[in-house]
Amino acid sequence: MGWNEPPDNNKGKDPWGNRGDGDGPPDLDEIVRKMQKGIGGMFGSRPGKIGDNNSMFPFFMGLILLLMWLAFDMTYLIDQQERGVVLRFGEHVDTLEPGLNIRFPRPVEKVEKVNVGQVRSITHKALMLTQDENIVDVEVAVQWRIGDATEYLFNVYSPASTLRQVTESSVREVIGKSKLDFVLTEGRSEIAERIQSLIQETLGDYKTGIYISTAEMQPAKPPEEVKAAFDDAIKAREDEQRQVNEAEAYRNDVLPRARGGAARLREESNGYKSRIISKAEGEASRFGQLLAEYQRAPEVTRERLYLDAIESVFSNTNKVLIDNDNGNSLMYLPIDKLIEKRQNNNSRISVPDFNESTTSSSSANDIRQRLDERLRGVR
Amino acid sequence: MPLNPKVLIPLIVIAVIGYSSIFIVNQWEQALVFKFREIQRSDDQPGLHFMLPLVNVAQKFEKRLLNLDQEPQRFITIEKKDVIVDYYAKWLITDVEKFYTATRGDVLYANGLLGQRINRALRDEFGARTVQEVVAGERTQILSVVTASTSNLPEELGITVVDVRTKRIDLPTEVSNSVYERMRAERNRVAKDFRARGSEAAERIRANADREREIILANAYRDAEIIRGEGDAQATEIYAAAYTKDEEFYSFYRSLDAYKKSFINGNDILLLEPKSDFFRYFNDSKGK
Repeated sequence: MGWNEPPDNNKGKDPWGNRGDGDGPPDLDEIVRKMQKGIGGMFGSRPGKIGDNNSMFPFFMGLILLLMWLAFDMTYLIDQQERGVVLRFGEHVDTLEPGLNIRFPRPVEKVEKVNVGQVRSITHKALMLTQDENIVDVEVAVQWRIGDATEYLFNVYSPASTLRQVTESSVREVIGKSKLDFVLTEGRSEIAERIQSLIQETLGDYKTGIYISTAEMQPAKPPEEVKAAFDDAIKAREDEQRQVNEAEAYRNDVLPRARGGAARLREESNGYKSRIISKAEGEASRFGQLLAEYQRAPEVTRERLYLDAIESVFSNTNKVLIDNDNGNSLMYLPIDKLIEKRQNNNSRISVPDFNESTTSSSSANDIRQRLDERLRGVR
Repeated sequence: MPLNPKVLIPLIVIAVIGYSSIFIVNQWEQALVFKFREIQRSDDQPGLHFMLPLVNVAQKFEKRLLNLDQEPQRFITIEKKDVIVDYYAKWLITDVEKFYTATRGDVLYANGLLGQRINRALRDEFGARTVQEVVAGERTQILSVVTASTSNLPEELGITVVDVRTKRIDLPTEVSNSVYERMRAERNRVAKDFRARGSEAAERIRANADREREIILANAYRDAEIIRGEGDAQATEIYAAAYTKDEEFYSFYRSLDAYKKSFINGNDILLLEPKSDFFRYFNDSKGK
């Protein structure tokens, strides 16, 4: 309800209907009326004109409100991010810079605030065809801001959706001119650059007043449907390297061993040579010395040597002495039992035997054996 | 406030008349002023404009670049493949009187007319090209075709097409699947190639290593045999030099040695007759 309504209407209009029971809240209209008197007295306190107060007061109140509203409507605080585009009866006359600005009030001049500082971003993600008719999943993020507030307002209907359209078509066009491998691998930054410049160029043609800060392309992916095959191809590349590495490992394992084996063969043969020569020298020397003594007393020495040797043989064997001059050849000899008995209390005497190589290790023997086999097997 | 109705009513009347005799054209607008529904003039400058109340009516139109964005269309290329094309067009009202006459100023209606024209032009254009040409082709080519087929639009509808661009060119699902098949096959080819190359390289390296090993071992064997031979030769020479001094004694001596070694393991049984030289004294102390 208006504050300047005639007070006698209030009773019927009160929405709560609690008027008139005396101890209700203070009558608002009463207070207002007192205020009116007070203010009226302030403005029109000329003596003798007190009677006019009631008719003059609303006029002044209206004036004050009008002034306040004008003050409010004529000042424009433009933020650092913003520009104010001033339209006088719809015609663009000025663009306000950040700070405090005073312009004509509403019906004459209107100020459209445009945020030119804020960087905004849109993303576009879609499956699209490449030049070689493959399908690729591309995601592009475009950051933009309003570069020219008046162009943004005046030239294109719905600039933001236009930006989206231009982004979609530019991405499609650039991808459509590229091959799949290029999109997936090395072409990423180049494609993003081309997309950015194409968007900017097109928006420039439309004079949208939009400035593109960056266009970022996320790594392009093959579509879900073929992802497994693509992953497998990548794995295959790793497999190739792995196979080569395994072969190198085999090579690194085999060659040093072969060189080691070769060194062993040489060393062993050198050892054999030294051994056999030394043995020959030793035996030759022994024989020479013995021969010298033998030549001094041949008969006796010969006899002694013979007896020593036969003694040594007989002392080491089972002997059965048969005196069968009579020609009686029927004789039973349990030879196998004799041998068994001999074996039971066997005390083996081992004499070092230099005729066979006992020093060579099994591995070297193996190598020699294998080599023999192989050399034989080749032809 | 008891304002005098005699003052108030004329004020209101003046305000109404004043209000209906002016109109504001914004920077992005152009206006047509009608006189009894007939076009009287067009006001394309922004600002405050005047007209006769009741006689004139003003209608405003966009001066900005307008947008045509349709549902995706299905076109057929020269290879009889279907492609789904989503495009947009940008157009301007260049002749507002013709525009009003043809469309009553209805932008949506104009979009419909424009869409049909562009669709037809694109259908012809796609029908003469392969998918690849369409996807990778120069935008200006398509645009020029569309421009040619919409060249009479300024005359007819008072509008000018500024730009036509494709937002999407997609294959229908069934074709996409065969594309995926092809992509998979292609990747398999690549994968097989990589793996086979890996095997090839690995086999080469292994074979090479084996060859080197064989050579190393064979060379070593050769050297070893040479050395052994040298040893054998020298030993033989030494033996020969020693034993030729008395060959008879050597064979006696060597034979005795051989006897000893032959019976070394103690499992032998000798059946003897006591007639040998060894038993000379066994039966007879005189040795005869």
